[in-house]
Amino acid sequence: MSAPLSTPTGEPVGTTYCDQCGQPAGEGEHDRCAVRRAMEPPRYCADCARRMVVQVTPNGWLARCGRHGERTSVDPR
Amino acid sequence: MAAPVHTDILDELRDSVLERGEPATSAQVLQLLRLPDERLEDLLELAHQVRMRWCGPEVEVEGIISLKTGGCPEDCHFCSQSGLFASPVRSAWLDIPMLVEAAKQTAKTGATEFCIVAAVRGPDKRLMSQVAAGIAAIKDEIDINIACSLGMLTAEQVDELAAMGVHRYNHNLETARSYFPEVVSTHTWEERWETLRMVREAGMEVCCGGIVGMGETDEQRAEFAGQLAELEPDEVPLNFLNPRPGTPFGDLELMPAGDALRTVAAFRLALPRTVLRFAGGRELTLGDLGARKGLLGGINAVIVGNYLTTLGRPAESDIDLLGELSMPVKALNETL
Repeated sequence: MSAPLSTPTGEPVGTTYCDQCGQPAGEGEHDRCAVRRAMEPPRYCADCARRMVVQVTPNGWLARCGRHGERTSVDPR
Repeated sequence: MAAPVHTDILDELRDSVLERGEPATSAQVLQLLRLPDERLEDLLELAHQVRMRWCGPEVEVEGIISLKTGGCPEDCHFCSQSGLFASPVRSAWLDIPMLVEAAKQTAKTGATEFCIVAAVRGPDKRLMSQVAAGIAAIKDEIDINIACSLGMLTAEQVDELAAMGVHRYNHNLETARSYFPEVVSTHTWEERWETLRMVREAGMEVCCGGIVGMGETDEQRAEFAGQLAELEPDEVPLNFLNPRPGTPFGDLELMPAGDALRTVAAFRLALPRTVLRFAGGRELTLGDLGARKGLLGGINAVIVGNYLTTLGRPAESDIDLLGELSMPVKALNETL
């Protein structure tokens, strides 16, 4: 049996996570997350679901994942 | 025998608050909070008249920033920054260049206040030193009043902050004294009051408000208005609970918009001369229409842009709305 394909950082290829609840984006209900996203910065890394260190500023936000680096409100990725 | 004369509460307050500037009592506030929906517009109109008469048309604009986020040892049940709950908010410290940049962003909106906030029980030496460095760096580059919100203070810390040139200190009582133990168990309402007393004694302006919609009764909301009136703060920020995931209040329902507007107007009548500021949760609870109604129902100050851990309306939307309502932004030399 072959191992599943993975990215250089170890996550399975194609897996993305909800930045509000940290659960796989393609599984379960994320309606509340979608509503929340309008007034919330991301809390979880969409690539690995790690909880990010988030700094909200008067007109934006900056979120840092220990493995995948920074993303900002200007460049949310 | 003559029938008893029933005076309408709004007529009664038109005479005492609007004409004579006497704050509404807790008992009167309770009646206002229980007015039926069909009288809400009348209440908002009276609150607006009171605001215009005793405060004027200007609106004070403020921006806020979290200097130290998360990891707080206290258990305020509404707060996503408590280290005691399973909240997704992680600890973070802001560096001085980012703090100065945030102050610049705030000043660009026309704001006259910039409030530096830390999620702590009270400041330690490291935080006081970061605040001192931050204030000095901001004052070097920007002309704006600086406020701080750093939790409970010692007498020495109060003096240090006053010496740093802090214009206003925020410390919310959060809710009525009788309901506070349901909201916080790691410190008391009286401890908060003591900090506020020292702040006033040191000559800083007192900013003290709270959050409504945390499960308190109408009586407790009215009690809170009376307690704030007794404190006579320079500013009252009024927040509406935004239930935060992972906190003990995370599953509470949003406060109905009508109740939120009743509260705005009732607090204005209890605090006719105070800066009454729209703060967190208004976007969710009231939406765009509510922001307008609040500004025409007693509010005379806003926090623009984002909050400490959540996002707000773009500052331009609020500034545009103020222009539309012919409410000038208060200039720096006109602040209290």
